[in-house]
Amino acid sequence: MTRRDSTPVTVTAITAERRAAPYLLSLPALLLFVGVVLIPIAMTVLLSFHDWGQYKGIEPVLILKNWREVASDGYFHEMFLRTFRIALLVTVLTAVLGAPEAYILNRMRAPWRSIFLLVVLGPLLISVVARTLGWALLFGGSSGVINKALINLGLISAPLPFMFTETGVVVALTHVLMPFMVLSVWAALQQLDPQIENAAASLGASQSTILRRIVLPQILPGILSGAIIVFALAASAFATPAIIGGRRLKVAATLAYDEFLNTLNWPLGAAVAILLLVALMVIIVGCNRLVEGRYAEVFQ
Amino acid sequence: MSRNSSLALAFHLTFVAFMLAPILIVCAVAFTPEGYLSFPTQGLSLRWFKAIARYPEFVTAFWTSIWLGLVSSTIALAFSVPAALAIARYDFKGRDTLTALFMSPLMIPHVVLGIAFLRFFTQIGLGNTFLGLVLAHIVIVFPFALRLTLASAIGMDRAIEQAAISLGASDIMVFRRITLPLIMPGLMSGWALAFIQSFDEVTMTVFIAAPGTETLPVRMFLYIQDNIDPLVTSVSAVVIALTTVLLILLDRTYGLDRLLIGRGRDEA
Repeated sequence: MTRRDSTPVTVTAITAERRAAPYLLSLPALLLFVGVVLIPIAMTVLLSFHDWGQYKGIEPVLILKNWREVASDGYFHEMFLRTFRIALLVTVLTAVLGAPEAYILNRMRAPWRSIFLLVVLGPLLISVVARTLGWALLFGGSSGVINKALINLGLISAPLPFMFTETGVVVALTHVLMPFMVLSVWAALQQLDPQIENAAASLGASQSTILRRIVLPQILPGILSGAIIVFALAASAFATPAIIGGRRLKVAATLAYDEFLNTLNWPLGAAVAILLLVALMVIIVGCNRLVEGRYAEVFQ
Repeated sequence: MSRNSSLALAFHLTFVAFMLAPILIVCAVAFTPEGYLSFPTQGLSLRWFKAIARYPEFVTAFWTSIWLGLVSSTIALAFSVPAALAIARYDFKGRDTLTALFMSPLMIPHVVLGIAFLRFFTQIGLGNTFLGLVLAHIVIVFPFALRLTLASAIGMDRAIEQAAISLGASDIMVFRRITLPLIMPGLMSGWALAFIQSFDEVTMTVFIAAPGTETLPVRMFLYIQDNIDPLVTSVSAVVIALTTVLLILLDRTYGLDRLLIGRGRDEA
């Protein structure tokens, strides 16, 4: 207390004021979030239980029709399976490529270190639509730049299909989400003491032993938290699968979009979206538990 | 300091090529003199940049995005300052829950938010309005504004505030003359990051934007869904150029890694 009030009454008043202060300060943002996040999400959950018909539109009743449809129809199983398969592949690829890159970046000298950090992280802030357009141009059917280059190099004889395939979506999403992995591993590397590596080297450890026994265990929490972010974003990605995957290769987000803006079956679209949200929440919370439980001392 | 091996450098160069390839090809194709997509191009031409002016949808969408970004990130910042001060300075019941709620737009898939906003705004009569877009964008950029405001509020030296109080300054005066100037660099960066996030957002906005309130990424996305031609590459090239300028400015003034990680750069 920095105030110089001496009477006990005012001290109590000030304590009460201090106690109320954080609530008063965060009240505007809290009201905004209750009004514009919690209520709309609750309404969407409710919407997923409503009935819908081609001619009658949305009927505000509470039935399990949409949930039953999502649970029993093989079309939805396949689509969710595809969504999570793509997300898992993208997560593994970003980890395998992004973690070594972060390590290499961290060992660079000025000014290259900051220049390449900007080059690798910068795309994060560049429009996803523009970046995906770039991949569409690189893939572009048989005339795409990648296929031309591969044929000229003699690696393949016929063009590989990238557009409208899972391979294409995985490659483009790996590019789109890569900065998140590099950033996460980079953050873990900043807390690593380079003297430990030097100590291991002075004791005769080889470079590969140092990487395996010293560096990897210390950046593993960074890789894992990066993996959680990448997985969540890949599973809910929209623009990239919509452009590269086209209208036939549906994932959860593009399917929900279709139900909302083309078929107009809002309740079914809401059920797909809520299921995606719940599945991701379960996976994220589960993985966080696992990571934090195992690496409690690293997070302190 | 150990150097990278030549194998590591080869990996690094391949990686950088992978990261830059799709961005560079968009810029390269944008300068084509042909009437169709072609790469490599025969000569350079600005015809497709000039063509943007003849396609008013892109121009209107560009200004919608600019206004939306300016308004929503400014309001988000105004909401985030008191909230950040509360979280940084007080240990109160429900603090963690509150922080998790404020950060939740990062974790909730944007397609879910888009659907929720579409349903909500249609019900309360804000469907297809600019006000609806602003409200939605305030929420999705809020975590970015809060994270940087919070980082500067935590990192600030409170002794200066206490000195001002002991010299008899009022609460409002302390905030206006001491606190605000001290957290200003964090606020500016938070605002810029929030603006970029709003300007780039497509997944959530595609649900609630209608003809007339379409933002630039939404217009680009819908255009690409129909066909890909050099016009959309030149629009993308303009977006890439503008973002890159902003990016380099931010990196110079605040540090990109610090901006994105949201905590102070450790001087090792």
